[in-house]
Amino acid sequence: MSEQKVSKPKVKAPRVNPETSTFWEATAEGKLLVKKCNACGEKHFYPRSLCPFCFSDDTEYMECSGRGVIYSYSVTRRTSEPWAIAYVTLEEGPTMMTNLIDCDFDQLSIGQPVEVAFVDTGEGSAIPFFRPL
Amino acid sequence: MTIRGKAYIAGVYEHPLREATGKTVPQLHAEVAKGALEDAGLSKNDVDAYYCAGDVPGMGGINQAEYMGLNLRQIDSTETGGSSYVVHVNHAAQAIAAGHCKVALITLAGRPRADAKEKYRVRPGGGAPADYGFEGPFRPTVTNMYGMAAMRHMYEFGTTSEQLAWVKVAASHHAQYNEHAMLRDVVSVEDVLNSPVIADPLHRLDCCVVSDGGGAIIVVAPEVAADLKRPCVKVLGAGEAPKHLNGGKVDLTYSGARWSGPAAFEEAGVTPADIKYASIYDSFTITVVETIEDLGFCEKGQGGPFVADGNLISGVGKLPFNTDGGGLCNNHPSDRGGITKVIEAVRQLRGEAHPKVQVPNCDVALAHGTGGLLGSRMGSATLIMEAPGA
Ligand SMILES: [Zn+2]
Repeated sequence: MSEQKVSKPKVKAPRVNPETSTFWEATAEGKLLVKKCNACGEKHFYPRSLCPFCFSDDTEYMECSGRGVIYSYSVTRRTSEPWAIAYVTLEEGPTMMTNLIDCDFDQLSIGQPVEVAFVDTGEGSAIPFFRPL
Repeated sequence: MTIRGKAYIAGVYEHPLREATGKTVPQLHAEVAKGALEDAGLSKNDVDAYYCAGDVPGMGGINQAEYMGLNLRQIDSTETGGSSYVVHVNHAAQAIAAGHCKVALITLAGRPRADAKEKYRVRPGGGAPADYGFEGPFRPTVTNMYGMAAMRHMYEFGTTSEQLAWVKVAASHHAQYNEHAMLRDVVSVEDVLNSPVIADPLHRLDCCVVSDGGGAIIVVAPEVAADLKRPCVKVLGAGEAPKHLNGGKVDLTYSGARWSGPAAFEEAGVTPADIKYASIYDSFTITVVETIEDLGFCEKGQGGPFVADGNLISGVGKLPFNTDGGGLCNNHPSDRGGITKVIEAVRQLRGEAHPKVQVPNCDVALAHGTGGLLGSRMGSATLIMEAPGA
């Protein structure tokens, strides 16, 4: 098994659209947002203009603590620079895809507490990676 | 059967905008869906079938179904250009008449004028699906996406790499008799575990082959079948369902087979205990384990112990599977294996599988397809068939 650590993940600016520009602008300020529905109260991710649980268009962004736990992960190893893709379940409820960084890939475990670690794209946005607490 | 009088159009909606700057294509589809549902006096959660064409971004309608939070029994992305949506009404009426769904949603949306003006310009065909920007940066691959499903299954149920390896071992036992199979060597559990890890916890031998080739199927009416010399296999039942990330309520321990399987069994009037042979989509070993559980061949979480010790090997175990060697050893043409699953099931039901793997008295068989990613969104489809003359 690999013992590599990744400190500087490659980042490309995400494709931003009218529905997601607020989310990505917040990342540049170090804020992680999810959408909350004022009709049914559910939170969802990725952000949409209509709630995927009740179809109400009365949805708004809320800021998250940035903390969560690893729901699952997988280290891609057959490559010169392994990386750890993961799903993290946020304290606020929704689960989101990410990469786990600044860590020993062989010490990761499901259920492990993690916190968001934004990496700037240089184009007015940052990618929400996570690192173990 | 005919559609005459079997289906009604209950709601319609035309989007008022003629230049949709500031809106995305998935959003426009959702807005017209909302409008038509409100016109009909129905809610989103009444919808159990979704029809769309190439103007929807993503893999058929699955990404859009995820965007809208739809839970479906029927999904159809037939693309025939501008006529698609008329075709969809016909297909929806057929599905309703057959009892496969009750409330079908058909959408069309796009923004070529806004695309030409805004920086969000997308390529024809709807561009990137809404999820793309939230996943692309993290480099999902086919293997790490199935890997995450396997990791979670192991975490929740104690499934082991040895148990996953047994799926490959069984496929290899079958492939040795298939002269066309890409991989004909019988492998052991140790061989699988000793092959390099591609993405945790999946080894190279947990993955299907990459192959060229293809397949085709002819489906005919009973009166045509009656005049043919070749033995014809009867379709007993079918079920289909997409599965997605459900707005962030993620559960990777099951597939869409959880819904497509029971629908197919109900229509066919048989139970898992009646299935003598099963073609189970085997993009990866974990795909088989989760699918077998979802189809009801064992309890959820017991797929690992179920597939171990040769239980999937024809002549040895209780559920002979993929007797052509499957995607793991034989063939995965164009990175899509669903058609070979039906083909080998037909061979079994005709009694034309290789004698070393032919299941005796094979009267009822199942074929199951999984498309997309166990780790995010997928299409699942189950087909149950009966032997000629059974
Ligand atoms: Zn809602």
